[in-house]
Amino acid sequence: MAQIFHPSTNTFSKVSIFGAVFLVGGLLWGLAVVNRSGYATQAGVAREQPVPFSHRHHSGELGLDCRYCHTSVEDSSSANIPPTQTCINCHAQIWADSPTLEPVRASYRSGESIQWVKVHDLPDFVYFDHSIHINKGIGCASCHGRVDEMNLVRQVSTLQMEWCVDCHRNPAAHVRPKEEVFNMSWFTQDQEALGARLVDEYHIESRDDCSVCHR
Amino acid sequence: MNRLVPYIVVVLLVAVSACRQDMHDQDKYEALEKNEFFDDQRASRPRLPGTVARGHLQADDALYRGEVDGALVAQVPLAIDRALLARGRERFDIYCSPCHDRVGTGNGMIVQRGYKQPASLHDPRLRALPDGYFFQAITNGFGVMPSYAGQVPARDRWAIVAYIRALQLSQSAALAELDAADVDRLQRAGETQ
Ligand code: HEC
Ligand code: HEC
Ligand code: HEC
Ligand code: HEC
Ligand code: HEC
Ligand code: HEC
Repeated sequence: MAQIFHPSTNTFSKVSIFGAVFLVGGLLWGLAVVNRSGYATQAGVAREQPVPFSHRHHSGELGLDCRYCHTSVEDSSSANIPPTQTCINCHAQIWADSPTLEPVRASYRSGESIQWVKVHDLPDFVYFDHSIHINKGIGCASCHGRVDEMNLVRQVSTLQMEWCVDCHRNPAAHVRPKEEVFNMSWFTQDQEALGARLVDEYHIESRDDCSVCHR
Repeated sequence: MNRLVPYIVVVLLVAVSACRQDMHDQDKYEALEKNEFFDDQRASRPRLPGTVARGHLQADDALYRGEVDGALVAQVPLAIDRALLARGRERFDIYCSPCHDRVGTGNGMIVQRGYKQPASLHDPRLRALPDGYFFQAITNGFGVMPSYAGQVPARDRWAIVAYIRALQLSQSAALAELDAADVDRLQRAGETQ
């Protein structure tokens, strides 16, 4: 019986077996990339909000401290989203007729909450606490990026377990002096030396037991 | 039949992977989440009028209201030390400086953008008033200025008052009251300007 394939196709089949390894490898790599990308984690996606509240305006340009609105970030697990009263503190007089601010005034009159769209949302099986991070010298910008330059807040980190654990294993690469936690533009040339010193000074432990975050 | 098993397993795995949202969004409520059960849809419940949370009874009139038997408290009812002043400075800069500015003259950023200008905290009238007056202005609001009681707890309000006193002193201290090192620092600061 005559051979169906000419001997020269041997090379072809060898190459394709060899290539399959790369194909599978490439696919796995692709999956890993997609899994960490903004498509899967929603990082980088700005949400529509009921009022186009701008952090760039209020924090960046007017210089309001984060704690003016996020009042509980230093001593509680949740940072707190400000009640309508906080907006009215200023907007009773400033831009008091602006149509953009009508939902804020409507909420103030009726007592109903403004329903902000949550941007960062960990799964409910993960325990997270702002206060310990703030009190051990991790800046808002280390996790949330330059919020003071964002018109609408978007997530800059993946919020995946890998991301949390990377820092928990090596906090020295991220820790900063406690006074600078709320300073969005803080930067040091010599993180290595500073980090090592602060980890000692603040008694920071490297915590990657599962029960720290899954309890 | 046996050849179908791998396919069935794959299909089941895909189906199972879709279940993960149950654990992601559990039947518990996180802070400020929406809860359809209540009319106002707030999972974080506002305090009912006339109730006091355990351990949060605010019986101390001086500390929580700044007045005793109708008379304003003359002096901050906490031990005044460096830590309290530092705390007061930090809180003043966060909550008050947007309008009153960092030294208290009333030219803060929000005033520059059109908010009513408050009196300078160094006004002789204000310098002569008792500590309780400032505490009550923060607690109850003053004129168009709203109450800051929701953002600043009582002890921090007193820390701010202590710091305002320090600010007032700083803006009108006589040169003769300073020690030599401070005079020296002041002169050098003047030269570099
Ligand atoms: C004037 C009040 C105000 C100030 C000051 C302020 N914020 Fe916000 N912040 C808000 C409001 C209102 C929201 C909810 C709407 C939104 O997401 O944009 C919010 C949302 C956020 C979120 C997203 C929350 C989510 O849904 O996941 C982050 C992160 C945040 N703020 C960080 C900061 C940081 C960091 C600072 C200081 C640089 C700051 N904020 C200062 C009012 C404020
Ligand atoms: C400390 C004072 C202050 C607070 C608190 C504050 N704002 Fe503002 N906001 C301002 C000022 C000042 C401006 C206008 C700045 C300018 O003149 O460019 C402004 C502008 C705005 C605008 C743009 C208005 C327009 O018509 O373009 C929006 C929207 C807004 N604020 C929403 C909010 C919301 C929502 C809150 C509450 C979470 C809030 N602000 C809290 C001071 C404040
Ligand atoms: C270690 C990382 C980290 C740091 C540092 C951090 N955050 Fe967050 N923040 C998060 C995560 C994660 C969430 C989402 C929490 C959730 O979904 O339960 C979040 C949520 C928020 C929210 C939404 C409300 C809430 O509490 O869920 C606000 C507002 C916020 N952060 C503000 C801040 C401010 C202001 C600072 C600085 C003082 C800060 N964060 C520092 C990680 C961080
Ligand atoms: C940029 C660095 C950094 C990132 C990112 C980070 N953490 Fe942390 N975390 C710390 C440090 C530092 C501590 C303090 C460790 C110590 O000394 O106990 C800490 C402590 C904790 C604790 C212990 C709280 C307690 O009460 O015992 C929890 C829980 C935690 N982190 C959860 C998370 C989660 C969940 C994430 C990801 C969403 C995360 N962290 C991301 C730096 C980080
Ligand atoms: C620093 C905090 C932290 C620590 C420590 C930690 N995790 Fe996680 N884990 C997370 C976060 C955050 C997520 C959610 C990731 C996401 O949403 O993609 C997660 C998700 C998971 C998931 C995936 C659930 C799913 O449906 O995707 C498993 C399984 C898990 N963790 C197991 C563990 C085990 C086992 C350990 C101990 C070796 C551990 N975790 C330690 C923060 C942590
Ligand atoms: C949004 C701007 C704004 C902020 C923030 C603000 N104030 Fe005021 N404050 C005012 C204005 C405007 C007045 C004058 C009100 C009037 O005359 O109707 C005033 C009045 C006062 C007075 C009374 C002065 C007098 O003439 O008797 C005191 C005391 C005071 N503020 C203290 C504070 C303290 C302390 C804080 C911080 C916790 C603070 N204020 C935050 C705007 C502000």
